[in-house]
Amino acid sequence: MTGIYLAGAILIVILIFANRNKIINNVLLILFGLLQSVFTIYQCSNYKGTDLGYFTSDSLGILFLITLTVVSLPALFHSYLYINRHDESPQSRSVYFAAIVLLITSISAAYLANHIAVVWIFTELTTLSASALIYHHRNKLALEGTWKYVFICAISITFVFIGILFLSLSLSGTGSSDLSYANLMAKSDQLNPFWLRLAFLFIFTGFTAKLGLVPMYTAGVDAKDKAPAPAGALLSSALMNMGFIGIFRFYTVIAQTPLHHWANIVIFVSAILSIFVATVYMTKVVNIKRMFAYSSIEHMGLVMLGIAAGGIGYYAAVLHLILHALVKSSLFFQFNQLYRVFQSKSVAYVGNYFKYNPTGAIVLLIAFISATAMPPSGLFVSEFLIFRALFEGQYIFVLLLVLLLLTIIIWAFAKNIFKILFTPVVGFDDSNVPQINPWESLTQYALLLAAVWLGLNPPEIFVELIRESVILLQI
Amino acid sequence: MIDVLLIVFIITLLYVSIANRIITYVKVLALQGFILFGVTYMQLQEINTLNLVLILLETIVFKAIAVPLFLDHLIKRNNITREAEPYIPNFLSLVITTIIIVVTILLANSVKDENLDKIFFIVALSTLFTGLYFIASRKKIITHVMGYLIIENGVFVLSLAVGNEMPMLVNLGIMLDIFASVLILGIFLNKIGDVFKDVDVDQLSNLKDY
Repeated sequence: MTGIYLAGAILIVILIFANRNKIINNVLLILFGLLQSVFTIYQCSNYKGTDLGYFTSDSLGILFLITLTVVSLPALFHSYLYINRHDESPQSRSVYFAAIVLLITSISAAYLANHIAVVWIFTELTTLSASALIYHHRNKLALEGTWKYVFICAISITFVFIGILFLSLSLSGTGSSDLSYANLMAKSDQLNPFWLRLAFLFIFTGFTAKLGLVPMYTAGVDAKDKAPAPAGALLSSALMNMGFIGIFRFYTVIAQTPLHHWANIVIFVSAILSIFVATVYMTKVVNIKRMFAYSSIEHMGLVMLGIAAGGIGYYAAVLHLILHALVKSSLFFQFNQLYRVFQSKSVAYVGNYFKYNPTGAIVLLIAFISATAMPPSGLFVSEFLIFRALFEGQYIFVLLLVLLLLTIIIWAFAKNIFKILFTPVVGFDDSNVPQINPWESLTQYALLLAAVWLGLNPPEIFVELIRESVILLQI
Repeated sequence: MIDVLLIVFIITLLYVSIANRIITYVKVLALQGFILFGVTYMQLQEINTLNLVLILLETIVFKAIAVPLFLDHLIKRNNITREAEPYIPNFLSLVITTIIIVVTILLANSVKDENLDKIFFIVALSTLFTGLYFIASRKKIITHVMGYLIIENGVFVLSLAVGNEMPMLVNLGIMLDIFASVLILGIFLNKIGDVFKDVDVDQLSNLKDY
């Protein structure tokens, strides 16, 4: 089935790219949506099965794949609205849709890959497709954002490749040359620690470009700013999860070796620095999309803190990633409506949103409550569990520092969101404000509700899948 | 013989660090391509012939001929000035590059692993860090790209070190090469040349938080 999926998706990409007819393009998009859903359902039924030798539907892969499908269907829908509304040329429309389909496909494949080199190949493909999305507007700023994204991602991918080479050196003492995760787990006690250390450093640094952590976080922020918001939603949810999977699967191998503690320290440093950087920028940022992007960085920092703290933190980290993907994508979808009302990305020229689009304003308010992890949002549960893990792991000072930084972030986030929602802008001419159809917000409500529901009252099978995905770490 | 070639490879790094003109960078990249061709031919004795031919073709056609020619074409087409315009004086660059190489040699000597050919490790790591240093210390976008290409050559050397056991990794390295070259050079340097008239990184600082 994975073979059919990949072949079908690539065929759809080529067809969308090749033809300029609007109706055919839309039919193809619907086809892809169906294909993606069928593939997801198939992978759920084929639990623990392996396709083509390189794709295993393990619990973490399935969880993220479902999240991706749930996010990508509204993303396709909003992209369709976005492209129609902007009256795009046929060429830019087909490039956009081809790129977004390719992005979704390669992220799905990377989730399920059970071999580190296969993950790497699909990471390359996401860079390619994401750069086409970022360059969508074809102006100077978009070009600048694309250039930075491509260059930093190219260097990061090279880093991951160097990491893989070191990993193979580390493995060469064991007499086996199979770089699949299962084999690495089996041989974990024979890996050469020196090379393993270098491999972890390089692979971790490389994947931070996708995950959005210090040191390579910069590219992602520009990318989410310049890409159209529906694509930005994917970049700041599913793509970040892919970066996480790249690090996490390798981390699981490291956790079986004596280097576990050292790897935790590396992750701690990177995570705390990320939260710090996010705090600094959040207090300054005026561009709304970039504010969302920095908030993502903060959340990824929290996730990695959960991983480094261990214990219940592993569970909390995976839960947090899934909930964050739902919430952050609904924020990005909402951004389009906001932009249509005010025609500006800057907080300074946006205000009193409740007056112009109450439905959207409520989305923004709920999403803000969710993103800052206040109850009743689901993220409150996962964030609370991460703090508990830090507390139980005796990392009191880290906990205090992070809580302090989070308070500043909430203040900065709230300051901007309440300005957007309630404070009227001086001199804003509201005669041309378009009427926003409330039904367009439906997907966003659904995503936010899903996040609350999964956090507060998770179904049995969901909890079981998350437990299953971190079971290798419970030593 | 491999050692001689690899040492020449390191010397090219020192040469780039004091080079004034961009065309010198292009020539050095071409030379590195030829060196890699030689190293590949001598090092990869154990892999199957078809794969070896593919890899050799990639090094000679891609690294040694196509990319330098294309860079040359870009420089002419975009009227990029001939100076490399480093932020740091050449002498200091030379010192820093030397320090990088010495440190990697010291690092490599601390490794106790009989599976590893040390010279490959030294060349690869010092090329990696020198390339990063070039990216950080040069002003033009095209020199950044060349710094990246130098890094790729270093990575290729490292992949050759494990190439006999895992030829798949060398192929992956080639994929990375082609991907990055097509994406970075083919599309964006072309576009950037059209949009920004004089291609300096200073012009790429308009994306801000406000």
